[in-house]
Amino acid sequence: MRRCLLHLAVFAAFAAAGSVILAGCAGEKKDGAGKGAAGEAGPPAYGDAIVYGSNGDISGFLTAVTSDSASHDAASYMFNGLVRYDKNLKLEGELAESWEISPDGKKITFHLRKGVAWHDNVPFTSGDVMFTYKKMIDPKTPTPYGESFRQVRRVTDPDPYTVIVEYDKPYAPALESWGMNILPRHLLEKYPDIKQSPLNKSSPVGTGPYRFVEWKPGEKIVFDANPGYFEGKPFISRVVTRVIPDQATLFLELKSGGIDTMTLTPLQYSKQTETGEFRNNFRKYRYLSFVYTYLGFRLDHPFFRDKRVRQAIAHSIDKKELIDGVLFGLGREVTGPYKPGHWVYNPDVRKYPHDPAKAKAFLAEAGWKPGADGTMEKDGRKFAFTVLTNAGNESRSKTAAIIQQQLAAVGIRMEIRTLEWAAFINEFVKKRKFDALILGWSTGPEPDQFDIWSSTKTGPDELNHVGFADAEVDRLLEEGRRTFDMEKRKKAYFRIQEILAEEQPYVFLYAPEALPVFHKRFRGIEPAPAGIGYNFIKWYVPGAEQKYTSFQ
Amino acid sequence: MLRYVIRRLVVIPVMLVGISLLSFLAIHLAPGGPISVAADLNPKATAEYRERMVRYYGLDQPLHVQYGRWLVRMSTLDFGPSFAPDGRQVSDKIKERIPVTLTINVLSMGLIFLVAIPIGIYSAVRKDSWFDRISTVTVFTGFAVPTFWLALLLMILFGVKLGWLPISGLVSLEHDSLSLAGRFWDRARHLLLPVLLAGFGGLAGMSRYMRSNMLEVIRQDYIAAAKAKGLGERQVVLRHATRNALLPVITILGLSVPDLLGGAVIFETIFAIPGMGQLFYQGVMARDVPLVMGILVIGAFLTLIGNLLADVGYALADPRIRTG
Repeated sequence: MRRCLLHLAVFAAFAAAGSVILAGCAGEKKDGAGKGAAGEAGPPAYGDAIVYGSNGDISGFLTAVTSDSASHDAASYMFNGLVRYDKNLKLEGELAESWEISPDGKKITFHLRKGVAWHDNVPFTSGDVMFTYKKMIDPKTPTPYGESFRQVRRVTDPDPYTVIVEYDKPYAPALESWGMNILPRHLLEKYPDIKQSPLNKSSPVGTGPYRFVEWKPGEKIVFDANPGYFEGKPFISRVVTRVIPDQATLFLELKSGGIDTMTLTPLQYSKQTETGEFRNNFRKYRYLSFVYTYLGFRLDHPFFRDKRVRQAIAHSIDKKELIDGVLFGLGREVTGPYKPGHWVYNPDVRKYPHDPAKAKAFLAEAGWKPGADGTMEKDGRKFAFTVLTNAGNESRSKTAAIIQQQLAAVGIRMEIRTLEWAAFINEFVKKRKFDALILGWSTGPEPDQFDIWSSTKTGPDELNHVGFADAEVDRLLEEGRRTFDMEKRKKAYFRIQEILAEEQPYVFLYAPEALPVFHKRFRGIEPAPAGIGYNFIKWYVPGAEQKYTSFQ
Repeated sequence: MLRYVIRRLVVIPVMLVGISLLSFLAIHLAPGGPISVAADLNPKATAEYRERMVRYYGLDQPLHVQYGRWLVRMSTLDFGPSFAPDGRQVSDKIKERIPVTLTINVLSMGLIFLVAIPIGIYSAVRKDSWFDRISTVTVFTGFAVPTFWLALLLMILFGVKLGWLPISGLVSLEHDSLSLAGRFWDRARHLLLPVLLAGFGGLAGMSRYMRSNMLEVIRQDYIAAAKAKGLGERQVVLRHATRNALLPVITILGLSVPDLLGGAVIFETIFAIPGMGQLFYQGVMARDVPLVMGILVIGAFLTLIGNLLADVGYALADPRIRTG
């Protein structure tokens, strides 16, 4: 509490934001707490280090050939793409200063930033972009991200600062794909397989705000600020990511000062961080993440073929109870595949409030009558099915258990089976051997979800596992990805959400919140729709509070 | 003796091939494959990408061809590149982790012998005394308590509440800027809890083993004879009894050789120690065939060598075996 009083004293002088800090001492820190903090102490200063804790080690530095989030996070300090998402999830230029899209949507002209240098001081030019493109479509490059580059008909670079990309058909997700980290041609040219190059394993060179210092596999990854970064030198001098696989250890390391930040579990956020001591040392943040959990039905299953049955199940599920029980209230109900607040999120779709009576009425309409033991029956068959989910995901198994109770209340018997991930995917999901499943999708800012909802994507290795097929959705998906016009896209995706809400191929359950916590000395963290990392180079520690001072 | 050793040595390669074949088949029985990690539920992983990766790893070949290729490479001690996304050489991955695991295991095994043998001897000599009972309860508690739970409790006490010891990892962030003595101290502080905990669980087995050996020995006639000769108890116990009771411990030592390189997954995960246990576990989960095979072969080789060493050591220590 002593530190808290100190804050109040400091704040008397900056009366404007005093209430924010008071609230911070008395209760929970919420979104926006960081804003008040920015004015709290001293001007931005260079120096200090931030120590992250990561559950997993990285697998390489070149995002073209890695697919795990730890590697992509690490690469984001060192590399840039032509475009990136800003704090409001709109695309903006990064290595490209600007771009134009031709009226027919088939040609994108990127104007590159001048005066950008690789970490070894070689200038960045359009040659690097051409090289990256060629590597992405090269069959020798083991990349999972080649598809959107194969849609390109031709790439040309009339001068060192212009790149022209041409497509056969307009392809809206293409713009996002140019956020792919650009590779240094002068260092990679001699390696036929960039995955096996030293740049991927031991000596990455990028254009980004931080330079590589060292990687000790299984232990830590270290970056230092790049003084010549084209958007200015980052304030925080060093970024260290320690590999700590265990969530409980991470939390103890945080409390003992071994790491400065982590992502809390809902339990840790709501129950284990409410002590005065914790609040004096850390700031908690929360914002909606790009993930949602759903209950999906195999749509050719005899029970679930009938839309009224799916709607009845939707009415039997109390999403609020799920969020309270599984996430301690730290999440939001979802009604479709886009997160609330996204520019294509449609708030006015059909909703299914918790209503067991209505659920029973829908079931009756579909021919299901309560049997002797209370379980619904139709043509002598009891309404009993099995839901599958993967082992090791606590929130999914809890979700299953709560839904089991909620369905029992309307006379539906649901068994739960949890399976090891590989067996779950390969033996059940890919072979369509399930009645229903609980899974999640992590979606990005790009609204194209062709792979999940198109009726052409129902093969064993494809992602429309439930077998959803709707001619109008197919048409709208195509429409949405073939135009760059935001209004047209928005209209298409709004309508798709209406149809999905009506059809309920999934019962869309909830989106959890991301719950990061940072040591209090870090300032300038401002949660936005894009999360918090977007302005990392502007974060700082006031001079007097810096902890690691042995380097600058 | 020499002929015996040679005969045993000749059999080792044959056994290794057998073990590796069984392991190879077992891995391929598990669902999923090395591509799953990147490709499962990834909208960007197209069918074309999957096929390319299958060819990249040589998984399009029939199993016997894959095994044959592996065996040929293995015969030149080339473990090949890992199937993990990092694609690094298996031998490099194992090499950078062996020192860590070896240090912790040697230290904790040393600790076990240092503590368990005296406990065993004393409890045997003073059978059913208070010391015997209390030590029995203590070592069995150590055996029964889940390591991860005890580890967390000790981390909370020494790391968070008292702040005496670091919580996890091998060295602190400032390690490189410390003096030589400082570095040594830094490492020691990081190793203290892991070594203690790794040893604690092993005390029960060893001390009980020592106790029962000792009990058997002190019932022998020659001990009675030694006592009758008028030797002091100290001499009887240490000189005559302990020496003989220690013999079977050689077997245990021999059998522990493979354990020196095998890590414990849970334990390494909690202390964030990049050791062999974690490596193996990740390899299995990612169906990283070359890595799993590499570690299994090393483990099998060490087990066979360890057994041989134990037999030889036994023969050297006990003339009846050597001549008989």
